[in-house]
Amino acid sequence: MAERERKMTRPFGGVFVARTSVMSADDIDRAIWRMSHEIIEHNHGVDNVVVVGLQTGGVPLAERIGEAMVEITGRDVPFGTIDVALHRDDIGIRPVMPEEVTSIPCDLLNKVVVLIDDVLFTGRTIRAALDALTTFGRPRSVQLAVMVDRGHRELPIRPDYVGKNIPTRRDEVVDVTLDGVQLGEMRK
Amino acid sequence: MSPKHLLSIDDLGRDWIEEILRLTDSFAEVSARPIPKVPALRGKNIAWLFYEDSTRTRLSFETAAKRLSADTMNFSVSSSSVNKGESLRDTCLTISAMGVDAIVVRHKSAGVPWQIAKWIDASIINAGDGWHQHPTQALLDCYTLTQKFGSLDGRHIAIVGDIKHSRVARSDIAAFTALGAEVTIVAPQTLMPPSLEGWNCKVSHDLDAVLPTVDAVYLLRMQLERQQEALVPSLREYTAGYGLTDERLEHLGANTLIMHPGPMNRGVEISQKAADDPRSAVTQQVANGVSVRMAVLFLLLGNNGSDSHPNAPRPNDQGPNEGIL
Amino acid sequence: MSSVSSVSETTLLRGGTVVDASGSRRADVLVGTDGNIEAVGDGLSGDRVIDAGDCIVSPGFVDLHTHLREPGKEEAETIETGSRGGALGGFTALVAMPNTTPPMDSVGVVRDVIELGKTALTDIIPSAAITIGRAGAELAPMAELAELGVRIFTDDGTGVQDDLLMKRALEYSVGLAPFTGGASVALAQHCEVDSLSAGTFMHEGEWSSRLGIPGQPSEAEDLMVMRDIALSRSTGARVHFQHLSTAGAVALVRAAKAEGLPVTAEATTHHFTLTDAACASFDTVFKVHPPLRSDSDVAAVKAGLLDGTIDAIATDHAPHCAHDKEQPFDAAPPGMIGLETALALALTELELPVEKVVGLMSWQPAKIAGIDDIHGGPIEAGRPANITVFDPNEAWTIVGSSFASKSSNCPYEGHEVRGKVRHTIVAGEAVVIDQEAMR
Repeated sequence: MAERERKMTRPFGGVFVARTSVMSADDIDRAIWRMSHEIIEHNHGVDNVVVVGLQTGGVPLAERIGEAMVEITGRDVPFGTIDVALHRDDIGIRPVMPEEVTSIPCDLLNKVVVLIDDVLFTGRTIRAALDALTTFGRPRSVQLAVMVDRGHRELPIRPDYVGKNIPTRRDEVVDVTLDGVQLGEMRK
Repeated sequence: MSPKHLLSIDDLGRDWIEEILRLTDSFAEVSARPIPKVPALRGKNIAWLFYEDSTRTRLSFETAAKRLSADTMNFSVSSSSVNKGESLRDTCLTISAMGVDAIVVRHKSAGVPWQIAKWIDASIINAGDGWHQHPTQALLDCYTLTQKFGSLDGRHIAIVGDIKHSRVARSDIAAFTALGAEVTIVAPQTLMPPSLEGWNCKVSHDLDAVLPTVDAVYLLRMQLERQQEALVPSLREYTAGYGLTDERLEHLGANTLIMHPGPMNRGVEISQKAADDPRSAVTQQVANGVSVRMAVLFLLLGNNGSDSHPNAPRPNDQGPNEGIL
Repeated sequence: MSSVSSVSETTLLRGGTVVDASGSRRADVLVGTDGNIEAVGDGLSGDRVIDAGDCIVSPGFVDLHTHLREPGKEEAETIETGSRGGALGGFTALVAMPNTTPPMDSVGVVRDVIELGKTALTDIIPSAAITIGRAGAELAPMAELAELGVRIFTDDGTGVQDDLLMKRALEYSVGLAPFTGGASVALAQHCEVDSLSAGTFMHEGEWSSRLGIPGQPSEAEDLMVMRDIALSRSTGARVHFQHLSTAGAVALVRAAKAEGLPVTAEATTHHFTLTDAACASFDTVFKVHPPLRSDSDVAAVKAGLLDGTIDAIATDHAPHCAHDKEQPFDAAPPGMIGLETALALALTELELPVEKVVGLMSWQPAKIAGIDDIHGGPIEAGRPANITVFDPNEAWTIVGSSFASKSSNCPYEGHEVRGKVRHTIVAGEAVVIDQEAMR
């Protein structure tokens, strides 16, 4: 199985060592198209929909989903990215640092924001993202799309669109790329 | 580990300067939001200890702290026990006892931030100590320059004026050269430091010869007192030799940046026209000051904690981004 | 002027090497009950025997430059605590500087200091101010003060700025013999020209430039040394230069001595051991007047000590309370303590034989202070028993707070040095035995 360097805020980075493959590149692709359709269906089109990817893992997925939605509807879909580091609840407890600059394309007042991330785990990142969104206006609603829901929620947060539910142990690491999803562990 | 204090540019080195400039991008974005406030430093208490008047630097820090949701308290020297003979150490211990996470200090005497850092546990940020250092000014100057030029490698910057009495010059020279720029200081000999041993810069007394070669000209404030101290015969003579006059402005390159730490003495070190020239980055410097200071406050106060913290997440937690592509 | 002592038994210093101006030899020294040396030789016995094995037995040290802070600043030091520190440092006589509050510029204050000195552990030798209030405007009553025993006049802490006033003071000093029983007096100068030194807090040079601390140029010292040499030449008066710190000043004194002028000079331990680079810590313990200078100045001061240009090692022991030093660098008072570290630093840092170091600390300063009849004299029968016994090789680590001084502004914290005073005898009384003050 593959190993790859994962850059994360210290001290969380390291080398990911894969143990099991749980989704292939084709599986990912199919999930992206399915979720795009679901988002359009659920919102009766793409009027007022803004796609926002979470830095950094959610951004490539959000780009793909946004492109798919444009392709399906032939309509423009505003796309943004958000880095939630400054809104996290563990600042001062462990090292937290913004990785990328947030970019929200428009005022979010009365918009439908679809947050997109790669893995839903404790839910704390999404809580931070919900907090961050409020500094850009008051959306009509916020929806959540994730490629993998791995369980172990610590907050009352649930996804609206899921690529795949994967039961995991707490100490496992889920590695999502457009090439597939693998379970494994991090080596420092 | 992030630095605990920001006392001098020399403590940072190129890597930390670049990291702060990178972070500043994120905070510039926060400043541009409809609601320019993040909860990053909620519950952190920052004290302003300004022994020397400073409107702009204090307001800039204050704005930065508020955008990060920190609590701030102002130790007003004029109405405090300092005037009742309290020693510097006692003042600091008193503030420390109230529970502060950081003290931002400005003092007319060089070295005071170092002394305070020895006495108390909080992070100390030097907002200017005598003629010695003013690291956040240098960082915002670097940010302003990188906005214009990208990398500073190989760029040539002239710093003109009262180098001897300037904490801005001392910090700027260290910061600009750390980022790979070449610095020439230009001043009459009386306004040069008595010794330039160990200074990583070129020296000139001829502004007209230097100006055509520079990417940025940084003018320092020329104070009236210098004339009384016989350091220059008159301000008029200073302006003729070292001011950015209308005439010199004519010969300045189209892409040359004009910088000044403020407050400007229009008509002395910088002409009215030069101050308002499109090449002037003076207001941009001020705007960048807030973002840079947000980055500094966050780096020192937000990016700490460790696995040994009692509330630290379990080691298997995946970190700030729960799964990273 | 010697200390009150109640010596009822003889003391034998056994097994040491006697070093005095005449050379060195193995001998025991018997101290009599009358405060004098009773005998020097082999196989002596006494009522009490003190071991001097591996030690040098030398004439007691004389510090030309001690700030005892009494009267006025007893919180920082008193004559008693300062003399205890002095005794532990091997000094048997301390020349008390006159910058007290009130200053030692009148018979009344000097008499008080003499009185207080009678119960001190060492002899306390008062100096007196050259000008009233050390203000540099009017001459102090030099004849009255000389009559009281003052042999060194100084405005230490500041130099006499006015050229004419200094010339008058020197002229006047030449005629004081009727008041001193024929002895001469010296005017000791703190050489700093105010117009160059005002508003400065360290040496002007590489480090002051980097640290942004206003610096004092070397010329501030050089110019006043130059002037006083000229005035000594024209008046014939004795001038003693305090705490030389610059290469220029050392060269000027060397030339003046070669010319045969009656000038003498001292250097402090800190001016031959520390440089201005120490100020980079912004620790106010390194703030002193004259300031710590550059490497080349330190080398010049050392060379001056080696070739005899500089006659004496002085401490400029300047105690300050911690809270006074805990101020910004420019606001903190200048000065550092030095009585208990001087010998060790001289032995550790100077490439001089121990006999030379003893000369710089004992008989040479005793002569300048005009007390060579009592201190610094040869170790021989019949001489006053002012004796220091030290182990030149004992290694130790300096800890400022361990000193007897009431203040601990010591700039050598943690320094590893060698040479430690073991016993000190003042007027026949063993005031320090085995590195412990006896009272």
